[in-house]
Amino acid sequence: MNPEESNPEALLIAITQHKFCTGLSDAHLKTLASMAEAVSIEPGRFLIREGGKADRFYLIRTGKLFIEMYAPGRGAVPITTIGTGDVLGWSWSLPPYRWHFDAKALTLTRVVSLDANKLKDRCDEDHDFGYEIIKRLLLVAQNRLQQTRMHMLDLYKPPQVEQL
Amino acid sequence: MQQRSTIAPNSFDALIPETARVTSVRKETVDTFTMDLDRGFRFEPGQFNMLYAFGAGEVPISISGDPADSSRLVHTIRSVGAVTKRLEALRPGDMLGVRGPYGEGWPMAKARGHDIVIVAGGIGLAPLRPVIYHALRHRDDYGNVVLLYGARSPEDMIFESELHRWRGRFDMGVKVIVDRAPSSWRTHVGVVTTLIPKVYFDPIDTIAMVCGPEVMMRFVVREFQNRGLTEDKIYVSMERNMKCAVGLCGHCQFGPEFICADGPVFRYDRVRDIIGIREI
Ligand SMILES: Cc1cc2nc3c(=O)[nH]c(=O)nc-3n(C[C@H](O)[C@H](O)[C@H](O)COP(=O)(O)OP(=O)(O)OC[C@H]3O[C@@H](n4cnc5c(N)ncnc54)[C@H](O)[C@@H]3O)c2cc1C
Repeated sequence: MNPEESNPEALLIAITQHKFCTGLSDAHLKTLASMAEAVSIEPGRFLIREGGKADRFYLIRTGKLFIEMYAPGRGAVPITTIGTGDVLGWSWSLPPYRWHFDAKALTLTRVVSLDANKLKDRCDEDHDFGYEIIKRLLLVAQNRLQQTRMHMLDLYKPPQVEQL
Repeated sequence: MQQRSTIAPNSFDALIPETARVTSVRKETVDTFTMDLDRGFRFEPGQFNMLYAFGAGEVPISISGDPADSSRLVHTIRSVGAVTKRLEALRPGDMLGVRGPYGEGWPMAKARGHDIVIVAGGIGLAPLRPVIYHALRHRDDYGNVVLLYGARSPEDMIFESELHRWRGRFDMGVKVIVDRAPSSWRTHVGVVTTLIPKVYFDPIDTIAMVCGPEVMMRFVVREFQNRGLTEDKIYVSMERNMKCAVGLCGHCQFGPEFICADGPVFRYDRVRDIIGIREI
């Protein structure tokens, strides 16, 4: 993971343009920018590792990552792909504050990395801000849950229609 | 609604198959193959034929070849039961019966001047391949042409070399996604609906064409709706069981619609209430 040079205005623009932040007030966007840094990850490198401390929250600016889980006897199994416009993880917001999966860059990936401890503190102090963040996280969680359900349905399986 | 055609629009008599010879068979996946026949006739993208395996029976199969190539008929078939297994056993030189083409196909005329977003799941790409051939041959008639293709695994993808070829073109967007992949896989993993927010299209001027298992189509439609596409711009193919294929026997009837003659392609608002419901 490589910190990228970025001036505060560029970071603010990257945050403002990110889908997750659509509709946030200028003040809230500035709050996020104050706890952010720009980071890039080379292909094949891990941004997060299962069991690691979840102390960052990532807004993906460009690139593509595999979410992987390790299965004994099968190695790392890619579960889903995330990329431009997505966010990575909400484990930072809930105990035990540990990642539940690996995220590995498939292509050169650039993210806005937010300090999750500061973000949590800010959410506690400013409930309006906290509500806006949690609302967006819930939407992300809902989408991922829905995708998982569809995955379980085995979408492409032909229907077993009664014999006629 | 168009007039239901109870007679096949070519020289074949509506219910009597003509014989055709298999000229080649290609394996697509472990249970799916593409078969060329030495007969050819005009058809619209999305239409199907009834293929008759002698001694086993007759099944509806979409035409997966190029509508501009009237020298042969191409079908892509998943071997699932008695008849399709018999078809799978055929080799070049063997004979089978064909009648068709039947049904209402994809709305190529209506899509003129629009972006086309095609979403296919598994073998659902077969009835949509003629759409791609047609759109690429008449490229100036359409805006953006995008294909989103989902399969269970990389081994379950059909038309793989063509997918690569289409992906290499400047005038077409292609994204593929699989449910399960080895870590050597270089592109998307997940459900096909997740590709929809990743592509650009103008919801006012877009026609979506969707084919796959009904449960997949239901979720895809929902995602299109989230992107602002209205139901009258979304077309789905309902490949439910049928017998006569000409709107006579009523086997595939739901309400006033016969899948064989009024479909298999329907505008979504016409089938919304039955899609995903148990077999009719
Ligand atoms: C308009 C239309 C176009 C079609 N196009 C194609 C195509 O291009 N390629 C292709 O492989 N198949 C296509 N099908 C499905 C194909 O017709 C069936 O798979 C076939 O009839 C099965 O016959 P069988 O005797 O081999 O299997 P059966 O012994 O009749 O059935 C085997 C299994 O398949 C299930 N099944 C039967 N019919 C269908 C169906 N329509 N949809 C889903 N499951 C079914 C049965 O319930 C059973 O579980 C199409 C169907 C329709 C209605």
